[in-house]
Amino acid sequence: MKRMPWHIAVFLAPAVLVYSVFSALPLLDTLRLGFYATTDTGSTHFAGLSNYLTILTDPAWSAAFWNAMWNNCKFFFIHLLIQNPIGLVLATLLSLKGLKGARHYRTLIFLPTLLSVVIIGFIWQLILSPLWGVSEGLMAKVGLADYFAPWLGQESSALITLALISVWQFVGIPMMLIYAALLAVPEDIVEAAHVEGASAWRIFWEIKLPLILPTLGLVTILTFVGNFNAFDLIYSVKGAIAGPNYSTDILGTLFYRTFFGYQSQVGSPTMGAAVATLMFLVILAGVGTYFYFVQRKLTRYEL
Amino acid sequence: MQHASTKLLLGSLLLASTLAQAGTVTIESWRVDDKALWEDVLIPAFQKKNPGIQVKFAPTAPTEYDSSLTARLTGGTAGDLITCRPFDKSLTLFKQGQLEKLDGKAGMENFPASAKVAWQTDDGKDTYCMPMASVIHGFFYNKKIFKDLNLKEPKTQAEFFATLEALKKAGKVPLALGTADQWESNQIVFTSIGANYWKGEEGRKALIAGKAKFTDPQFVAAWDQMAKWGPYLSKGASAQTYADSQNLFAMGKAGIYPAGSWDIAYFNQQGLDFGAFPPPVAKAGDKCQISDHTDIGMGVNPKGKNKADAYKFLAWLGSQEFADLYTNKVTGFFSLSNHLISVKDPVAKQMIDWRKTCGSTIRLNAQIMNRGEPAMENELWNVSSQVLNGKMAPKDAAAKIQTGFAKWYKPQQK
Repeated sequence: MKRMPWHIAVFLAPAVLVYSVFSALPLLDTLRLGFYATTDTGSTHFAGLSNYLTILTDPAWSAAFWNAMWNNCKFFFIHLLIQNPIGLVLATLLSLKGLKGARHYRTLIFLPTLLSVVIIGFIWQLILSPLWGVSEGLMAKVGLADYFAPWLGQESSALITLALISVWQFVGIPMMLIYAALLAVPEDIVEAAHVEGASAWRIFWEIKLPLILPTLGLVTILTFVGNFNAFDLIYSVKGAIAGPNYSTDILGTLFYRTFFGYQSQVGSPTMGAAVATLMFLVILAGVGTYFYFVQRKLTRYEL
Repeated sequence: MQHASTKLLLGSLLLASTLAQAGTVTIESWRVDDKALWEDVLIPAFQKKNPGIQVKFAPTAPTEYDSSLTARLTGGTAGDLITCRPFDKSLTLFKQGQLEKLDGKAGMENFPASAKVAWQTDDGKDTYCMPMASVIHGFFYNKKIFKDLNLKEPKTQAEFFATLEALKKAGKVPLALGTADQWESNQIVFTSIGANYWKGEEGRKALIAGKAKFTDPQFVAAWDQMAKWGPYLSKGASAQTYADSQNLFAMGKAGIYPAGSWDIAYFNQQGLDFGAFPPPVAKAGDKCQISDHTDIGMGVNPKGKNKADAYKFLAWLGSQEFADLYTNKVTGFFSLSNHLISVKDPVAKQMIDWRKTCGSTIRLNAQIMNRGEPAMENELWNVSSQVLNGKMAPKDAAAKIQTGFAKWYKPQQK
């Protein structure tokens, strides 16, 4: 008879314990709370799916929810289409041989990631301020003064501006991940291709890129999860009411207003839990789709 | 050795904290800005009359106050005295049994009925917070700019727009107002300038009674005026924050600043020479209406550890001494008691004197109307900001608010 592998249980215990208590349990309790409703006197009772029905069918709620959802999608696509390609280009440039001061560039580009979002929001608000910001003056110097607008205040541009600020802050992360993957591409393969007469362009597209595809997938999914959980930048720049006309409202700010309340809107933990659950489902669906359709089909090369 | 001393230190800290708690009245508040004032002026003045009672002022940031107070009240760790928001926020607490009924308690006799409305049940039977102070809304103007351009305080709306035009011609920003933070558009602008159109209390009560709608001309007119303000705001007002507006006016770049009386203290600190005028009326001779909003009250936590001392403090809050200290030290907040107080700050005096000639009303939506869903306060911030930015027509703003109001409020569904 084999002995019970106690050592496995002992080694797993700390992680399982910490994860269950601080992550799994709160998550499950949130899912549970979403099925309850609060009365005026503050007591809660089981209400089935009524919170979800309200969010998805009540015109006032569903308009706010789908507006936040759509804005959140835009927020994500801007990151996907701008942040990650820039990260890829920067990583490729940094991994070029003989680039002077590569380490300095790397540090400088990564630096904003380390700053607090509140500081980032404040600095960019000042830079873009139509009253005392430097951006209008700088644009005037190159003859673009007419194109300056109070971007953060306009319904058409506020969300894009905030997304770009976020891209500016976080571009260092995809850059670092891709850079690490590029460094792992074996030297001999690249040299062999070189000897065969492949151009640098062709080496990138046909050798390096396929080898780092799993990392690009990882970056995409991290961006997705991060963006659909985003809240802090919008809150610090536009407040919980995410103006103008809710054009910068994303799921995180909608959740905040629902859960904690804002001004005359009374906070409701149960309704908030329902919104949080919907956010969780969106992220779960996104990650699930990715793993099912993309991750499984990626070819990994034995190097 | 090190270990023993740490233990000793911890032990003494514990002891000190329990001692402090035994006889201390703790005040919950959102007035973080007034902390020094409470500690250096108000509390010592109380202790002079009531020696031996320790009072601790423990404020939380305004944006976090309501949620963290609710959490502390539910958890049983809240202070003995609770600073009350007006109307529904506090009414909810009272209904949940988290505020004591205060009718007939010492000090309450010094307040007029109109002041107590903000902290009473809808039928007016139970009062649960003592009224502390109100804020008044109007306009500040830069005295130097007005003197240089030979401008006078505008009394009518025609004069007001003529003044704005003159300021614009002189290259000043006529109105220091932005919509990035949104709340000013409603709390300082819409419910302040609108009171003249809807005749203050008369219009407000008609809405609650279901006899008037937001789409009626007297309400749309307020948004109409705001729509005309557009050209007189600074370029980029849509991204201008409240702090930006304050700076613009403090630096002397703007002529007029739509203000709440609490702004007085800030501009005094900046050494600005400024005056105030009430929202201009339609034509000369009309009775003016001002938004004189009951903003702060004080209630007692039923589960407080020190209720007897808390009531002693409350009685002092209703005294002449407190009314005088609060009005004159917390510049821009006006005591709501019946006591006669001489206001020393010139601008504050100007504003409180409006009460003599103008009708007083509170912020339009503060009572009852904020209760439903969609939350009217948030909606008003949104539509009023859009009207100022020229992105929404006044009648659409009115229609949107009315639709939301009628959705849940029975008297409006007829």
